[in-house]
Formats: sequence, structure tokens, C-alpha cells
Amino acid sequence: MRFVFKTTYDADINLFKHKTQMGYYFALFAAVLALPLYFVWTGNPYLLGEITAVLIFAIVGMGLMLLTGQTGLASLGHAAFMALGCYSNILLLNAGVPWLIAFPLAGLIAGVVGTVIALPVLRLHGVYLALATLALSIIAGDIIVLLEAYTGGVSGIAVPDISIFGYEINKYANPYAFYYVVLAVVFIIALLYRNLLRAPTGRSFSAIRDSEISAQAMGINPTRTKAKSFFLSCVAAGLAGSLFGHSATYITHETFDLVMSITLLLMIVIGGLGFIHGAFLGAVVVGLIPVLIANGRSLLATTFGININIPGLESAMFAAILMGFILFEPMGLYGRWLKVRTYFELFPFYRKDMFRRQKSYLKTERVQ
Amino acid sequence: MDFIQLIVSGLASGCVYGLIALGFVLIYKATEAVNFAQGDFMMIGAFICLGLTNQDFWGLNFWLAVPIAIVIMAVLGYLFDWGVLRFMFGQSQVSIVILTIAVGFILRFAAGTIWSHEPVSLETPFAGRDISLGGVVLGFDEIAIIIVTLLLTLALFIFFSRTKLGMAMQASSQNQLAAYYMGIPVKRIQSLVWALSGAVAAVAGILFASKGAIDPSAGLLGIKAFAAAAIGGFGSLPGALVGGLIIGLVEPLSARYGAPGFSQIAPYGILILVLVFRPGGLFSQTQKKKV
Repeated sequence: MRFVFKTTYDADINLFKHKTQMGYYFALFAAVLALPLYFVWTGNPYLLGEITAVLIFAIVGMGLMLLTGQTGLASLGHAAFMALGCYSNILLLNAGVPWLIAFPLAGLIAGVVGTVIALPVLRLHGVYLALATLALSIIAGDIIVLLEAYTGGVSGIAVPDISIFGYEINKYANPYAFYYVVLAVVFIIALLYRNLLRAPTGRSFSAIRDSEISAQAMGINPTRTKAKSFFLSCVAAGLAGSLFGHSATYITHETFDLVMSITLLLMIVIGGLGFIHGAFLGAVVVGLIPVLIANGRSLLATTFGININIPGLESAMFAAILMGFILFEPMGLYGRWLKVRTYFELFPFYRKDMFRRQKSYLKTERVQ
Repeated sequence: MDFIQLIVSGLASGCVYGLIALGFVLIYKATEAVNFAQGDFMMIGAFICLGLTNQDFWGLNFWLAVPIAIVIMAVLGYLFDWGVLRFMFGQSQVSIVILTIAVGFILRFAAGTIWSHEPVSLETPFAGRDISLGGVVLGFDEIAIIIVTLLLTLALFIFFSRTKLGMAMQASSQNQLAAYYMGIPVKRIQSLVWALSGAVAAVAGILFASKGAIDPSAGLLGIKAFAAAAIGGFGSLPGALVGGLIIGLVEPLSARYGAPGFSQIAPYGILILVLVFRPGGLFSQTQKKKV
């Protein structure tokens, strides 16, 4: 284990803990930049499309992570905010707004509308936010159908291509350029996220999560802080929704449904609540599981002659995996990695309860 | 006349929503956790009763099957708390919310695998019979639903405010640590609450299935019950029922008199309106925590 000898207070909040860590992240950055080269070499960019999809989910994952992991609020309606961003983006593009303006504007619209809706609920207990966003997620599809004149309703709407200073980017015609666009957004959001956590705002989010009352005693306004977190989270969802639309090229009222909202929540829990890495790991898992299930199914069919075709099996397996994580590894995949790493770093002094959290006893906010 | 029939059928479905909402509120009152799988508990309860009575399955007597189904659901509720939730004791509520959502998916899958995904109807002795009151034809099932719901709510209300166990449940919800100090076995109390809520879910399911067909995705009805519980103000038993009735009445009326496509949104629209203008619900029990 490396012990960093801290000589300034800044050492606590530096972007990287030490030089080696910085080296790792720069290596990772170089690797993702160079990744398309591999696909140019093989000449089959199919897998790159999958990786791009994972990155898009990582964007909304980071948004939800900020809300759920850092601030401790659960949203069951992030698919609705993705839809909001996606449709705003399409309408702005169709109105002739350049993509470079329409795209951030779409995120902003999702953020503002989401915050306005959530503001009254944010004053209450976190459960109410889950409820209100759940309701929003359910009626989103119906509202899209009602606004058929703008959204195309049931028949759907085509998503225009990205155009940056006359350079057209389409997922199928130019997968490499699309990958870099998504990567740029991921990079910017990840950097902002990381920096936010070092700033007072981000630290007040964690304070709210750990104890609202203590946070209040430290002079933090809980409602305003929660609203900030929700706004940033919705902006990320709106941006991811826009990119998702460009990636799907055609969307209907069923694209962003309740199952998607729940999948997003599942994603960050599996990845590891409260870790920015968790958003990425969760996105990888969520992207991978359908492929694994399909492969497993065909393997069973070809080698053992067993045909498993039970409707609903996939979502049940998703749910079972989720339950397993919550019960046995609440810190998610990234938490497991931290434990494994600590085990080797401290060998042989690792203790079983090193990561155990203090349990909290329940007190109601209701008056009886 | 038409209007009255609409009202009565709205009241009947409102009662079912109210009963599911009662299940949430019970759990919320006692453990401060929200069970997003309550609708699926209701669905499973209905399917257990249906599997016992219907001629296609076991063909037991209806009056024998109902208590068996209720007991099975109560045991399932107890076991769920004992076997799963107890491991999460002291963890954040967000994890419990996510966990119950996952459980809902698994229950839906289990019901679909065991009893098929086709909608089936429960064979009850009072199916298809109706009473005519001054020109208004009322279904026997609808009246039964309303009466059973009222009785159950009353019984639960008395249970919570008068009996020792009910008081213990309230105490353990208000302050777990203090309840421990007072010698209340908080963990067992919580399991008992889950059992009670399972039983209520079974009753709701049986009533729902006797009124119309049920299929595994009927558990999604639980979301409407959520709206009901939130409208009534989480944590209030009468509030849950009133919220359920409001949702139940709004649905047929908006379908009848509102614009097309409006009736699906109406319940949730009301929920969002209530949360915006009266965030604690109609029978609010929350107040700002003082530092």
C-alpha cells in the first residue's frame, strides 16, 4: 500500500491521489481514445456501437449516481427525463437550431423541467421523490402520445443526424465519429462530476446523504442542495437521452419506459452506489447481461437440447442479480474491487469488517 | 342511474386500490420502508386463492380457500421479512426500495410461470349475481368489496390504536432504539407487520380477482395504489382508503367525461398535483424536523 505524505491541505482534495494514479487514468484515457483504431483494423465496427451504447448509459448513470449515490435520493423517473432531453433535442434540431446549441439546451430543458416538477417533493422525505418520479415515468408515455403533433406519438419520430459545422455524423454511416462525440460528452461530464465532489456543493450532497439534520446544523439548506443535485442529475439524463436518440435514430413513446428507469437504478446499484466508477461498471454489466443471457440460451439449446423460452425470464434474472447485490454486496462491483485491492495491499492484515458501515436506527418524521 | 352505477363501480375499484394502499401504509407506519412490491403481493394472493378454488386447478370450496390464501400470504410476508429484509436492517431506505422493486419482478415471473400469463377470473359464489335497487343494478361482488374493505379498515384502525401489539408496531416505527429500550422485540414486530400486510394484500387480491380477470402484470396496479397512499398522506390508514376511493372514482369518471387518453394520466396527474400543492398528502403526518 502506498502512503501519501500530505504536506498541504490541497492533498486531500487533489484530482489524483498520487502520480501513479494519475498515470493509470492517463493510460485509460489514451486507451479509449485509441480504441476505434482496433475496429478500423478489424473492419467490423459492430462492437464499437455496443461500447458507445454503454458509454451513453454511463452518462445517465453518472447523473443518477450523483442523485442516488451522492445525495441519497432515489429517482424512478430518469427515463422520463431522458425522453424529455431526447424530444427537446429533436424538436430543436428540426427547428433549425445547430446541434452544438440544441444538445446542451436539451439537457438544460430536462434539468429545469425536472427540477420544477420535483421541487415541492424535495422538501419531503426521499420516498416521496421516488413516488413522484415513478408517477412521472408512468405517465411519460401517455403524455408523449397526447402531444402527438410534436412527438409523433405512437408512430414515432425520426432523429436527425448530428451536424457539427457542416460535418454530418450518423451512427451507421460514421460510427467512429459518433463514438468520439459520445466519448467527449462522457469525458466532460466525468470531469465535472469529479470536480464537483471536490467543491463545497458536492461535499454538501454527501452531507445531506449521511445526515440531513447534521447537514442543516452545518448551515446547508437541504431543499436547495437536493434541488441542485436533482437539476444536475436531470441535465445528465437529458444529454444522455439526446445521445440515445441519435444512437437509436428512431424513437417512439415506448422507447423510454418504466423498465428503463428501473434498469438505470439497477445499473448504479450493481456498479456501486457512491462511486463514479460504479456508473461505468454498472453500464458495462447492463449492456452485457442481455448478450450473456442470449448466449447462454443458445448454448443450452445447442449442446443440451434444452429450449428455455419462458417469458419474463430476463427481467426476473435482472431482478435476482439486483437482489443478490443489495443483500450480499451493497457496495456493488466497485466496492468489491476496493475490498479485493485492500486485501492485497494490506496482506496479511486485512480484516473482514474493514468496510462495515455504522448502522443507523430509524426515527420517523411523522407526528402521531 | 348510469351515473350511480359508474360511482359504485368506481368505489369498488377504489376500495381495492385502498386495500393495497393500506398494505403499504402498514409497512410504512411500522418500518418506515416502502414496499414497491405490494401490488405484486396482491397479485400473488389472488393467484393462490384462484389456484385453490378454480376448477382448472384444485377446486376447493371458496370459503375454505380464502382463509388458506390469507394465511399463506401472511406466512410469505413474515418469511420475506425474516429471510431477506432482516439482513438489511439499518441500511438506507433507497436500498429497500430497490430491493422490493426487484422482488416485484421476481413475483411476476413466478406467477406467470406457475399460473400462465393469460388473464383468469376467480370463481366465487357471488360472481354474476346482482341486486336491483330502485332501477340501479349493482353487482354483488362490488357491494361485497365495499363492505369487506370498510370492515377491514375499521379493524386495522382499532388494532393500531387500541391493542398492545398495534401500539408496539407504532412505537418501533417512531424510534427503533427507544422501542428496543422499552423491551419491544423490534425485529419480530417488523416481521409481524409484513405478515399483516401480506394478509391485507391477499384480501385485496381476492376482491380484485372476483371483480374481474387477473394476470401476473396486475401487480402494476400497485402503482395506482401508491398514488392513493400518497394522496392520503403516507402513514395514515383512513387516508389510504380515501386516496384509493379518489383514484377509483376519478378513473371511470375521467374515462367517461374526459378527453380520450386522459383517463390513464388522471390518477398520476392528481398524485403530482397533491404532491405539489399539499406535499404531505391530504391527511398529512409529516412536519419539519427541528434540529
